[in-house]
Amino acid sequence: MSERRFAEVSRDSVKLMAESAGLELGDEVAALLAEDVCYRLREAAQSSAQFMRHAKRKKLTVDDFNKALRWSNVEAICGYGAQDAMLFRSVKEGELFFVEDRDINLIELALATNIPKGCAETMVRANVAYLDGKGNVGPQGTVPAAVQSLSDDLLKYYQQITRAILGEDPHLMKVALQDLQSNSKIAALLPYFVYVISGVKSVSHDLEQLNRLLHMVKSLVQNPYLYLGSYVRSLVSSVMYCILEPLAASINPLNDHWTLRDYAALLLSHIFWTHGDLVSGLYRQILLSLQKVLSDPVRPLCSHYGAVVGLHALGWKAVERVLFPHLPAYWANLQAVLDDYSVSNAQVKADGHKVYGAILVAVERLLKMKALSLPQPAEGCSSSQPGCLAGPMGYRVSSPGLSPPPEPLAEAGLGIASHLQAGGAGCQWEEWSPVPLPAMYSELYSFFGDSLAVRFSTEQSFGGFSPCTPSHFRETRKEPLGHVSNPDTTRKMPQLTANLNISPRQDGSPRTDPPPPSLAATGSVRSLARSSMQRSRASSSRSGQRSIGLSRDVFPKARFTSPHSGPPTFSFVIGGRQMGRRCQGRRPFQTIFVPTPPPPVVLPRVYTHKLPVIGRVCKPLRRWTRSHYSLHLPL
Amino acid sequence: MNFKKAGLDSCPLTLGSTDQSEGSILRSRWFPFFNFAHAQFIFKMAAVQGGMVDAKDELDIKSEPPSDGFGNSNANDGRLLSSSPGAGTGGTATGNNKPAPGPPEEQQTLLAVLQFLKKSKLAESAEILRREAGLPEDALDPKGTDASGSGPGLAAGSGQVDGVDASSLLSRVTVSSSAAAQAPKKAAAGEDQPDVSVVLSAYSQQGDPSLYDAYYSGLKRFIESVLDCHRAELSQLFYPLFVHMYLELVYNNNESVAKAFFEKFSGDQECYYEQDLRILSSLTKKEHMKGNETLLDFRTSKFVLRISRDSYQLLKRHLQERQNNQIWNIIQEHLYIDIFDGMPRSKSQIDAMSGSLAGEARREANKAKVFYGLLKEPEIELPLDDEDEEAENEEGKPKKKKPKKDSMGSKSKKQDPNAPLQTRIPLPELKDSDKLDKIMYMKESTKRIRLGSDNLPSICFYTFLNAYQGLTAVDVTDDSSLIAGGFADSTVRVWSVTPKKLRKVKSAADLNLIDKESDDVLERIMDEKTASELKILYGHSGPVYGISFSPDRNYLLSSSEDGTIRLWSLQTFTCLVGYKGHNYPVWDTQFSPYGYYFVSGGHDRVARLWATDHYQPLRIFAGHLADITCTRFHPNSNYVATGSSDRTIRLWDVLNGNCVRIFTGHKGPIHALAFSPNGKFLASGATDGRVLLWDIGHGLMVGELKGHTDTIYSLRFSRDGEILASGSMDNTVRLWDAMKAFDDLETDDFTAATGHIHLQDNSQELLLGTYMTKSTPVLHLHFTRRNLLLAAGAYNP
Repeated sequence: MSERRFAEVSRDSVKLMAESAGLELGDEVAALLAEDVCYRLREAAQSSAQFMRHAKRKKLTVDDFNKALRWSNVEAICGYGAQDAMLFRSVKEGELFFVEDRDINLIELALATNIPKGCAETMVRANVAYLDGKGNVGPQGTVPAAVQSLSDDLLKYYQQITRAILGEDPHLMKVALQDLQSNSKIAALLPYFVYVISGVKSVSHDLEQLNRLLHMVKSLVQNPYLYLGSYVRSLVSSVMYCILEPLAASINPLNDHWTLRDYAALLLSHIFWTHGDLVSGLYRQILLSLQKVLSDPVRPLCSHYGAVVGLHALGWKAVERVLFPHLPAYWANLQAVLDDYSVSNAQVKADGHKVYGAILVAVERLLKMKALSLPQPAEGCSSSQPGCLAGPMGYRVSSPGLSPPPEPLAEAGLGIASHLQAGGAGCQWEEWSPVPLPAMYSELYSFFGDSLAVRFSTEQSFGGFSPCTPSHFRETRKEPLGHVSNPDTTRKMPQLTANLNISPRQDGSPRTDPPPPSLAATGSVRSLARSSMQRSRASSSRSGQRSIGLSRDVFPKARFTSPHSGPPTFSFVIGGRQMGRRCQGRRPFQTIFVPTPPPPVVLPRVYTHKLPVIGRVCKPLRRWTRSHYSLHLPL
Repeated sequence: MNFKKAGLDSCPLTLGSTDQSEGSILRSRWFPFFNFAHAQFIFKMAAVQGGMVDAKDELDIKSEPPSDGFGNSNANDGRLLSSSPGAGTGGTATGNNKPAPGPPEEQQTLLAVLQFLKKSKLAESAEILRREAGLPEDALDPKGTDASGSGPGLAAGSGQVDGVDASSLLSRVTVSSSAAAQAPKKAAAGEDQPDVSVVLSAYSQQGDPSLYDAYYSGLKRFIESVLDCHRAELSQLFYPLFVHMYLELVYNNNESVAKAFFEKFSGDQECYYEQDLRILSSLTKKEHMKGNETLLDFRTSKFVLRISRDSYQLLKRHLQERQNNQIWNIIQEHLYIDIFDGMPRSKSQIDAMSGSLAGEARREANKAKVFYGLLKEPEIELPLDDEDEEAENEEGKPKKKKPKKDSMGSKSKKQDPNAPLQTRIPLPELKDSDKLDKIMYMKESTKRIRLGSDNLPSICFYTFLNAYQGLTAVDVTDDSSLIAGGFADSTVRVWSVTPKKLRKVKSAADLNLIDKESDDVLERIMDEKTASELKILYGHSGPVYGISFSPDRNYLLSSSEDGTIRLWSLQTFTCLVGYKGHNYPVWDTQFSPYGYYFVSGGHDRVARLWATDHYQPLRIFAGHLADITCTRFHPNSNYVATGSSDRTIRLWDVLNGNCVRIFTGHKGPIHALAFSPNGKFLASGATDGRVLLWDIGHGLMVGELKGHTDTIYSLRFSRDGEILASGSMDNTVRLWDAMKAFDDLETDDFTAATGHIHLQDNSQELLLGTYMTKSTPVLHLHFTRRNLLLAAGAYNP
């Protein structure tokens, strides 16, 4: 008890107060009074605590004190009823402490136009905790759906958000999207938002609105607090609509629906990579519908374009599996369009070039990735060991996340396709057997000619290529080459294994891997062409060991550490953002190796001149690049 | 209302209400009842004194006529003690100890009252009293001076009687008015009770102040040196002795000595007295003593200690050897030592029971028989095999069936031997609507979930949002259809928590237009335009601290800081009656489970029993030494439990107003009470965060539930009594295994006889679950008829 001291009113304070009331007090009187005042204060404080307890509060308020005073027949102290803490000021000179009491201009207050709204209405809300037998609170913390209705607040939020997103003000939209992306309390609204998004069909004439809706999808998908559940399907179908449908907006050639499709495709892959596991069979369904569009010649070119971009966004395996097999059939149609020089066909032809460009990019990526996935030597395994036995881990490492985890069957045969039979796990929905890389390349080259080659370094490629290829691989490779009708191919065989490297995806599991498009989209064609002449010495140095191995991680390491690597003579820039990484934020990365100025880059240029008309890469490619950039929209 | 009005209002204890016409007496916070409850103290004290003179008398103390003990009074001359039995027998159960009061004593009491009235210049009242009592006109004159000479305090008080007005009574802080305020009490109580100033003056005989320290340390040394088994018992003496010695020092203006004394020994006291010590430490002046309530409590009530005979002998021998009269005097004057034969109690046993403002309850205080059984269900019998479709047309069928069922039902049900007679107190007759409700209740209860330790109830929390004005009380109707909140801004708000909106009855003019013969007349009288989810009731002028729905959902009671209790109609949503009587904040009120009656308790330390159709209370339950903080009706409506800031719980008999149980053991003001559905047990929660369980029949503490970290504001048993739910300021709801707590009891005869309980520390086993709210104190708990737990509180960001 002894350490419990009471607040004391000093004798001087009493004197001071007496003086202010016009009284002169003797020391003795003041002392007595001070003591009495202290006692009375304590008494009043003690009885006021009772009022606090009965008001079921922990905080003693001025009101409690006044009530205690009132019941003790003492006048209440008015003017301190406000809930917030009072400012206590001190005057240093006089060692005086006082409560700040500012003047209030009543006239101003009375005539003020911004009348504050009253505080919200007191109300009662129910919240149920369901206990199971063990007394654990059940998973659902809210009122059952039957009882649940949207609270007014949520309803307002919904209205505001949708209005802001679909409205005119871009700034407002940004804010709304940002909130949608981070708000943790909108789970109840998810179905409503999904419904709004499904309204894409009704606004197919308005690119702007479609774009906004897609942004909304993006925000919802990115909101870490939302569990999308089966709504993923609905979202995906909305996005697919934007990718594939011949939108009303595309009638007008001035509308840049291409960008929209690119964006939607990117979004699709994002949803797929981040939420694909929520709906089983989603991958298959998506591929099926893309394939259906692609194989339907009646569809307009913009739909085909969408399908190609979509496949591309889903990863090179999707391209390999759907686009590549369909290419021969499709090529004829496209060729027809591109070869028609009539004026009336100008627009269609332009569209055709778009599709051509898209296919080119997709195919290029396919080749690159495939080449990359093939030559991975299994350092740990014996070279003879087939990759399929390397176990799931090794497999995961080796195939950089090109298929979603829930469908291992879809990717079972992919990484090792060229060396093993497809196996039963392949594709049940379409007869498809993996084509070995060289065959693929030659086939593709037959379509694209040099416009494909130009994307890789074609120069000195052949000579450079061989050392890095295992002997048996070279054999398999050479054979199909021999069948290729175009004799140029042999000469200009591009080197495929360089400049696929610094991918950040090497470490992650497929689930967290960024989808390939970001990579493919990164380098501009020219820089690719320029840089691709270089080849890694490291890879060549280890070429002897290369086999169907699956572990791939040693490859880049060796690149960086190899004493023979010398000055890498090409620069490769990967710019952009990592996508689909849930666990590590989306930090942009950029990796550049440019120790030396680029070597002569003239040769590719030369090839561009030699391009066949069909490939008129220069212009379309540049345009493509531009539209390609839309894929970079930071997700 | 077609209630039977027999009985209650003509019961013997209506003294309070008749006296209310007298302004000054009415406001006296200690009613004459006070004396009834405490008259015994005086006798006991005297008995102990006598015991010292002759130790052999001790055995017979309780059966001795009290008048024997008054031989050696020192300052007691003015107390007129001999007249006490006259008043005392009226209210307490002590009649068997005492000889029946003789007529002369009664007359003396009357004379004293008369004298007071004259003095207070209440000539008319005096005249009436004189006439009614048949006293001669000059009865007073010779005796008047005699009685008024009791002491300077009384003289001063009577001198100021003119000023004893409403205002002066309200003031208990300023010295002068507080002295005046005590005057009427003194006068009213003066006949049989030592008034305050007399008690205080008892301190005037004192030894050398400088020796107090030595006395106390001497006793301390002695107690510390005795055998372990006695030490715990004798240690009980420390606190009351310390307080009284300190007060004596203060009273005799030895401020510095008192302070030193306090500093030195306050640390030795049990921690649960900390709050009282804090009040005490602020008291350093004789002048302050007069107005201090805590002090008055201490003075006017004797601190009760239970000590075994061996320990007591030990103490007595020591004090006699040492000639330590100072301490002995205090023990004689201010303590009541309840001596028992047998083993001394252990420290934990003592700690379990101590903590109240005035020590433990005396053993005989809990000896009265309590009819804790339930009343037989009233005469409507639910057609047990009734299918839903039969209940649909309730109007006709149940009536036809009733005679048959009645005969069957009444035969099958036996009267519980512990239940009170059905007609012990008059209860309202059931209306048709009540019968319907009963049927609904029984139907619901067939769908009730059986709870248990492996089957806990789900919890629905009603959060009051935006309750800036401060939520102070919550109640839920028995059928869980309405929830009401009392707020600090004086409003009462009633919400419907079902889709059924709240509607008012139409205005009188509109009602005239209604076809009164139609079947749905009850529906037609409601005004559809007024339908809303929320109705606000305005009328109080202070925070609403207690609310209670009537069982039939037609009425709502609210008690407020403004000293009134209001009865609201839930048909018209208007105030019907304001019950005035408490004059100080009314902390709690509750309807009887059968309706009609309600109980209230407040700052004036009395609980009152009311009937809705009487504007004055039917009973006044006085005896608590501090504010009554919560009130609860026993399920059979024959008893009322009150919890108080004096850290005791009392059980009162509605029939005769007697206090039949005093439960001590809480270490802080009690804020929650709950009867078990079978009426056998009582649970109480206090600011100390503990829930205590009591066996009403045996008058014993039977359990302690530790776990909460802050004040417990709500307690509720599940409908079948298996689970006890407690809600607290610490933002948790906790569920306890009540079945296990009560099953494990071994109430052997010895425990029942001595009241010495062994509490096992099994809180953790009994705790079934702890559920956090989102910073929402739990103010109310309620089990629906199907055993879903409802909780309510205001979100407190």
